[in-house]
Amino acid sequence: MKNSHSLLLFVVLVAGLALVPVLGSRALVQDLFMVLCLLVLALNWNMLAGFAGLVSVGQQAFVGIGGYAMFAAVILGGLDPLAGVLIGGVVAMVLSVPVAFFAFRLNGAYFAIGTWAVADIARLGFGQWKALGGGTGTSLPKGAARDMIGADAVKEMLGISAAAATDAMTYWLALALVAVMMLASWLFLRSRMGLGLQAVRDNPVAARSVGVDPLRLKALVFLLTAFGTGICGGLIFIQIGRISPDAAFSLLDWTAFVIFIVVIGGIGTLPGPVIGVLVFYGLEQLLADYGTVYLIVLGCLGIAIMLFARRGLWGAFIERTGFDPLPLGHAAPRPGA
Amino acid sequence: MSWADTLAQGLLLGGLYALFAAGLSLVFGIMRLVNLAHGDLIVLGAYLILGIGSALGISPFLAASIALPVMFALGWVLQMALLNRVLGEDILPPLLVTFGLSVVIQNGLLSAFTADSRKLPIGPVEAHSLPLGPVTVGVMPLITFGSAIAVILILNWLFYRTALGRAFRATSDDAVTAQLMGIRPKQIFGMATGIALVVATIAALYLGARANFDPSIGPARLLYAFEAVIIGGLGSLWGTLAGGLVIGVAQTFGAALNPEWQILAGHIAFVAVLLVRPRGLFPRAQD
Repeated sequence: MKNSHSLLLFVVLVAGLALVPVLGSRALVQDLFMVLCLLVLALNWNMLAGFAGLVSVGQQAFVGIGGYAMFAAVILGGLDPLAGVLIGGVVAMVLSVPVAFFAFRLNGAYFAIGTWAVADIARLGFGQWKALGGGTGTSLPKGAARDMIGADAVKEMLGISAAAATDAMTYWLALALVAVMMLASWLFLRSRMGLGLQAVRDNPVAARSVGVDPLRLKALVFLLTAFGTGICGGLIFIQIGRISPDAAFSLLDWTAFVIFIVVIGGIGTLPGPVIGVLVFYGLEQLLADYGTVYLIVLGCLGIAIMLFARRGLWGAFIERTGFDPLPLGHAAPRPGA
Repeated sequence: MSWADTLAQGLLLGGLYALFAAGLSLVFGIMRLVNLAHGDLIVLGAYLILGIGSALGISPFLAASIALPVMFALGWVLQMALLNRVLGEDILPPLLVTFGLSVVIQNGLLSAFTADSRKLPIGPVEAHSLPLGPVTVGVMPLITFGSAIAVILILNWLFYRTALGRAFRATSDDAVTAQLMGIRPKQIFGMATGIALVVATIAALYLGARANFDPSIGPARLLYAFEAVIIGGLGSLWGTLAGGLVIGVAQTFGAALNPEWQILAGHIAFVAVLLVRPRGLFPRAQD
């Protein structure tokens, strides 16, 4: 019963957000696009760190790889940017195999450093790709984004400019990605594998004793989140329209912000990233004029949460009220039912 | 530039990286804490030396000797007030707290000192060099290298020959039993982080004397330092020195081939060493 209410609320929210390009201004659409993309990244990072115990500080590697693969598909392959986005996800996932092979040798905290080093290797490596502008980067060909499949139809339907239609398209795709990610995470976490994953997080020895293989599960999550992160990277750089190694592999934009979003909202909880991204967006609007102060506030907030409420705002809310609209466990069957 | 020259430059650079890494190695060895703010704390140390030096009109070397106890106190307070509260079985909270700290320090420095790059004015010694057999080396890099060896000798002496070192090792091996012997792990951790920041301040002096620095360079230094610690093997200070030398030599050889490859070559050496020896060159501690 409770789950069907949550599902209804979820559908209403997604439908409401889908109307933004029709009703809202273009600036709002662009703002919310970034918020949605950060949410996708946060959902992915939360799966990694919050559920699989893989604290990666190198997820910007997959954002950058997704972006660069999309650019390569468009500029060198002459493909549609949307096909490029998909290719970005696939390439990110394929490259995550050797990354996992290397990084999984490092235990716990050293995994974080290993992934970070890999991301820096990717940044410097892609900077050597002269066909895509080397260290200074390059732009999408003029009109590539406007000629995307479906962009024309959106333009006709809403009666807006070609540029606004591109924004609307990327916005909807980001929204769809958020919806799919949330549903997939929820289903995955309640599945046999997801329960195994949470069991490993809570007690690795006990989990192994009942037949859960931690390494296989963690590797699977690492590969799948690389795919999600790569797709998101491709999408982000269609909207931005320009790529460079420093922007594509930015630790601050694609990992630091994401970590703060997840930590503030509630790491290891499913709605945590959503709450976190709302707080993040609110703070950004409030403190937009004070660049560095904003980051200092975020950092302090993250530290405070870790000190006083490890499960973030959402975890604190559940603890206080005892009300969890999105339970990840399965209730025990009632006697006689 | 001859190969011997490149090798010498690489070894000297490696000494600086070993200085970056020694504090990290110590803290990790004692409390399994991975301090993601270490690079930014080094940069903070460099600004502190710069500030003291210009406020009192004294040389950076003198200013550093005033900065050392200040940084020790900062490390102690940081550990007692903040990091001790999040240390535990779960590795996530300390990682995220130090990550938050890194962002706070970096942006705090940015708003206090702007993004302009600075350098410590060390005077004419900067330009001096010595002929050493087939190669000529700068006096400052040589002093840096000597300091790295001295720091590691002193840390090893502290660790293996003093009562404090015994407490460090006991707490590292088994904190609960150490408590039964009258050791307070939290205070021991406070001392360890204080000492780590003293080493970081020494590293800051040579970092600022060698090249320009600005508030954003901390994370990259942290990365080199961590690579040195991991290559060296966890818990071994001499291993950390060896790791620093590997990164330093790899970077200078990379740069000699193509200036764009400097950092990349260091990272690749790191990956290569780990693929061959997953636990580093001289592992001591388990885990």
